[in-house]
Amino acid sequence: MQATETHVTPAEKFANVCAILEKHGRHPAKLIPILQAVQEEYGYLPEEVLTFVAVALDVPAARVFGVATFYAHFALEPRGKYVVRLCNGTACHVKKSIPILDALYRKLGISEKKPKHELITIEIVACLGACGLAPVMVINEDVYGQMTPDRAVKLIDEILEKEAALV
Amino acid sequence: MSKATTVTKKGDGKGPVAAGKRRVIICAGTGCVSNGALKVYDAFMREMKENVLDFDVILKPESDNLHLSKSGCQGFCQMGPLVTILPDEIFYTKVTPNDVAEIVQKTLLKGEVVEWLLYNDPNTKQFCKGTHDIPFYQRQMRYVLKECGLIDPEDINEYISHRGYEGAKKAFLSMSAEDICKEILASGLRGRGGGGFPTGRKWDAARVQPGAKKYVICNGDEGDPGAFMDRSVMEGNPHSVIEGLMIAARAIGADEAYIYVRAEYPLAVKRMYKAVADAEAAGILGDNVFGTGQKMKCVVMEGAGAFVCGEETALIASIEGMRGMPVPKPPFPAQSGLWGKPTVINNVETLAQVPRILLDGADEYRKIGTATSPGTKTFALTGHVVNTGLIEVPFGTTLGEIVMNIGGGVTDDQGKITKDVFKAVQIGGPSGGCLTPDMLDLPLDFDSLRSVGAMVGSGGLVVMNQKTCMVSVARFFMEFTQRESCGKCVLCREGTKQLLSLLDDVIEGRATLETLSLMEQLGRAVQKGSLCGLGKTAPNPVLSTLKYFRHEYESHVIDKYCPTGRCKALAKPMINATKCKGCTLCVTVCPVGAITGGKKLPHKINQEVCIKCGACAAKCKFNAIEGV
Ligand SMILES: Cc1cc2nc3c(=O)[nH]c(=O)nc-3n(C[C@H](O)[C@H](O)[C@H](O)COP(=O)(O)O)c2cc1C
Ligand code: SF4
Ligand code: SF4
Ligand code: SF4
Ligand code: FES
Ligand code: FES
Repeated sequence: MQATETHVTPAEKFANVCAILEKHGRHPAKLIPILQAVQEEYGYLPEEVLTFVAVALDVPAARVFGVATFYAHFALEPRGKYVVRLCNGTACHVKKSIPILDALYRKLGISEKKPKHELITIEIVACLGACGLAPVMVINEDVYGQMTPDRAVKLIDEILEKEAALV
Repeated sequence: MSKATTVTKKGDGKGPVAAGKRRVIICAGTGCVSNGALKVYDAFMREMKENVLDFDVILKPESDNLHLSKSGCQGFCQMGPLVTILPDEIFYTKVTPNDVAEIVQKTLLKGEVVEWLLYNDPNTKQFCKGTHDIPFYQRQMRYVLKECGLIDPEDINEYISHRGYEGAKKAFLSMSAEDICKEILASGLRGRGGGGFPTGRKWDAARVQPGAKKYVICNGDEGDPGAFMDRSVMEGNPHSVIEGLMIAARAIGADEAYIYVRAEYPLAVKRMYKAVADAEAAGILGDNVFGTGQKMKCVVMEGAGAFVCGEETALIASIEGMRGMPVPKPPFPAQSGLWGKPTVINNVETLAQVPRILLDGADEYRKIGTATSPGTKTFALTGHVVNTGLIEVPFGTTLGEIVMNIGGGVTDDQGKITKDVFKAVQIGGPSGGCLTPDMLDLPLDFDSLRSVGAMVGSGGLVVMNQKTCMVSVARFFMEFTQRESCGKCVLCREGTKQLLSLLDDVIEGRATLETLSLMEQLGRAVQKGSLCGLGKTAPNPVLSTLKYFRHEYESHVIDKYCPTGRCKALAKPMINATKCKGCTLCVTVCPVGAITGGKKLPHKINQEVCIKCGACAAKCKFNAIEGV
């Protein structure tokens, strides 16, 4: 499913997690930085890794899942190779971010209820701190300001073209 | 780089560059970077090398060379990338890599100004050479943001050369903990994180607690969706935050500090990490602060995306590795905070003020601002104004000064300055309220804002024009707080949900006048029955719009008509016969053929057929189509 994910065996996965745990002294108080590092590694928080972390830190699995589900940044499902984060903070909202969202959904044939696209994940965030450039959209690490529905669709087209050329 | 003492163009006999010790500063805050500032920086590097200019990229006090550096956000991101040239005080806007050769040839080599890269004031049509000519900057007072945009945030020596760490030195070497608390109390400094609590009182409460282990925390969670002041300070002057934390730590007897940064701010996170590492390497943080033998450890932690974690007890829970849910106060963090120890938690901007207060003294600080709210406040000015950006003004500045003069006036949806389109300013984000055009003379400070049902909050200022539907604005904030409620209190969790669905009733045409009074009742109940500030303030946007824009709600409820046409179910596109020129353009764009009318005659929309798509209004050159 994942275009980028190389398949690793569970043992290898846990080796990575062990390194992360060691780096944080296997301290339950460091759960959030640990999960952030795990997510950095895998792109999301796989369920088996969460269970492994709970066992390794000697805390109930419910505590780990509780934290993982509380914070918006943690993704429990794999995300696309491209994560498009559209800002719908106040500044972006009044400068019309929703029409951009609608255009993106239309372009990718997805919706709020069914946001899954194999290559591109659309996320709505509240303020990226670049309000002066509202409306703002971020593709992976790159920030694009003063967005319009047309420009957003064009950026998606570029991604799709680039990926099509890879195949 | 080079040992030359004057900026000379080597070997071709053209002689020295107009001024020695020139500095070229390229804004490298998030806004300018996304507009391509780094490419501009690279172009300068290339161009200056090609012209064999002697230049430094790292500031060396003893060098007279041309100095090229990056800075933090200068607040005017919309005009970025910004390039400033000192000491000429030339301020170039919207610079692209292609413009760099011209800047080097004309300005750096000949001392001339490249006029077309200057800011052009849309009100006067004049070119402005430097920031002091630009109304956006002229009327501000940069206190916290003074060094942002001037110094290189990634170079600790630049900070030090601007009196950096002298306040902390004074605190550690020549002041007692009690002295510091007294000085801060005397300055009248109030917390910029929203509540406006006197910082000196908070510190003193933690100071008198027994026990050897105490903590200080910098709250950089900045959750208000539409505010980015704290981000700019952390990006543009990270050392000022560390210095403020050190002084706070010294004032209460703490030896460990946490800086909790919102995770959506990768650049701020990076700069804070680097600043901490550099301060450690310089012996400012660590086991022997300024040679006093005192310890000071500083840990940077990234948030994980929960608005409620800005609340202090929730933030503490989050540092402890738990779900960020608030707990009842008392005990206050000053008594029992992180790991049950006395803890002081302050906002980024609060802390960044502290070093200068200690250096210049409380009396000097009190000269700025109002009697009960001394000092300055940064605001994120956004929405329908000409100049959006980060501004800093003394407390007591009027709303009108900010919106009309600094902001340059209110614009229509196309971004053109238009008379009489100003409708409201939303201040304080999801906890705040609305200010109306008749409050333009209101001096803004903690107390005046509270008296009109709004609050300083984090400092988001969103200007809205007549085309903004206030019911939709209230719904926007309610959706945000409803989503971010941690779920602990029934009234906050369920109440915000119900308020949201009542607002949907209004927007979709199902509401009656009773709905409005029900919203008011429920809103007051949520205010009363919630534990933390999130729930206590969540109804504010609804209550305040109900108070100041009741007619707009009534129009939705009684006439089933949304005057701005934003609420699609209640939109009634109509052609204003006095404005319509009969150009027939709308007829050609209407997808369902709802518009009729003869050439040069006023047109009409058949409401039975119209699907309220808004295509006609978007095309009409005479703004004749209203209500969609
Ligand atoms: C829901 C909620 C969100 C908050 N968010 C922030 C925030 O993002 N930044 C902040 O400094 N304070 C925030 N606060 C206020 C803090 O609880 C706390 O009062 C503040 O950090 C104290 O610092 P100060 O005295 O310097 O203002 C928030 C409070 C609540 C109830
Ligand atoms: S008021 Fe809301 S956010 Fe605050 S503790 Fe209660 S439920 Fe949580
Ligand atoms: S486009 Fe505007 S001016 Fe032209 S006919 Fe339609 S309403 Fe009238
Ligand atoms: S709103 Fe759309 S459907 Fe209605 S008249 Fe205008 S173009 Fe036609
Ligand atoms: S509101 Fe979108 S970047 Fe701040
Ligand atoms: S980032 Fe350059 S002005 Fe804001």
